Amino acid sequence: MNSLLCIWAVAVKDVRSELRVRYALNALLMFVVTSIAVLVIALGDSGLNPEIMSALFWIVILFSAMSGLSRIFVSEEERGTTLVLQLVASPSAVYFGKLIFNCGLTLVLSSAVSLLYVIAFPAFIIRSGAVFLCTVFLGSLGFASASTMIAAIIAKAQAKNTLYTVLAFPVIAPLLITVIHTTALSIQGGTWGETVPQFQIMIGYLCVVVGFSSIMFDFVWKD
Amino acid sequence: MNSIKWLSIILITFVIIAGIAVPMVPQPQSFFEFPDIPGLGNTARIIFFHVPVAWVSVLGFLVSLYYGLKYLRTKEYDDDIKSVSAAGLGMLFCLLATMTGSLWAKFTWGSFWNWDPRETSILILLLIYGAYFALRSALGSNEVRARLSAVYAILAGLTAPFFIFIMPRIIGGLHPGAKEDASGSTPITQLHMPLNMLFVFFSGLIGFTLLFIWLLNVRIRTLRMEHRLLMKDY
Repeated sequence: MNSLLCIWAVAVKDVRSELRVRYALNALLMFVVTSIAVLVIALGDSGLNPEIMSALFWIVILFSAMSGLSRIFVSEEERGTTLVLQLVASPSAVYFGKLIFNCGLTLVLSSAVSLLYVIAFPAFIIRSGAVFLCTVFLGSLGFASASTMIAAIIAKAQAKNTLYTVLAFPVIAPLLITVIHTTALSIQGGTWGETVPQFQIMIGYLCVVVGFSSIMFDFVWKD
Repeated sequence: MNSIKWLSIILITFVIIAGIAVPMVPQPQSFFEFPDIPGLGNTARIIFFHVPVAWVSVLGFLVSLYYGLKYLRTKEYDDDIKSVSAAGLGMLFCLLATMTGSLWAKFTWGSFWNWDPRETSILILLLIYGAYFALRSALGSNEVRARLSAVYAILAGLTAPFFIFIMPRIIGGLHPGAKEDASGSTPITQLHMPLNMLFVFFSGLIGFTLLFIWLLNVRIRTLRMEHRLLMKDY
């Protein structure tokens, strides 16, 4: 019970310090709005095929998430609060607290992108809504879990932001291809039966990454 | 180590000679004739080099992972030396596999790159190697560099099987073992080769593996010496 409280405390602390400055949230939402505006200007109301629609959809989520999620540990290093956090909380509490914060941030981002997409593109009609929502949910959680660990790794390095994209892409790529594929299927009206293997991949990926990170986080976090 | 070196040289020389010189005929009669595979023809000969090189690029990654894990347990700097040497050689072989593969693809499928799942997974492996070395160069002290790069290699190694084994089953491709392929029912390709081709093929596999072991040994010894000299300076 105590460890659960500890995890919650770390997550709440991050939410509070985020809301105090609203650095990430405002910048990220603006990033989403601008990139969708660019898409609307470039594409207009031309009827695009589902594959391209879903690829563009996930590209917006991916890049906005990448610029936001990497800050979770870098901000601790910049403010010089890493040592305090190492003293007051156990590594697993820190990891899961940060994971919860990142998951929340990604879910906010992806729901904003979905909403704006539906408003901006009349051609973006999803024929199987439940499959789409499930894909967005699991995909966002997968992005957040992989990014949390990589953010912890790069917090100690130089040239953090460039390095983050380089490190994250090979790890996220299997998930990215799966979610783009599944979203295209959901636009075309794919049923649950057709998308079972894709959901197996997403859930498997999530379990592998979270399981691995919770075991290995000690090595990254403790100096 | 000397015997490994010579054995690998002999085996690879044998593979180069046998793989290129043995004629390909439609109905092979003797042991010294390969069957002519329709649609591939003489381009099929590259399989004696392409597959062993691709195998070594994965082997290099696995060896690097093993020593990375060992480093995390023991914190011996020597294990990091072994890990980074294996990764460096793996990257070299990965480049060779990509090049031989795309040459073969040009002459059988029509273009150098087709975004087949197997091609995508070798590209991802190449990106993992690249990211691993980029990470290493951005980290300052030996201890932190060894620790974090080992963790990253393991993370990448855990997500790579999604690419290598699962993705080809879901998205169709050109390599054997892909979704639409009727003959290969598993992602691990079954070998349909006559005995003499199998013999050359496995000589290649063993030869290139031994070459990897020998090069790894040379690399480890060099890095150990460099490390010792650096320590002397301080």
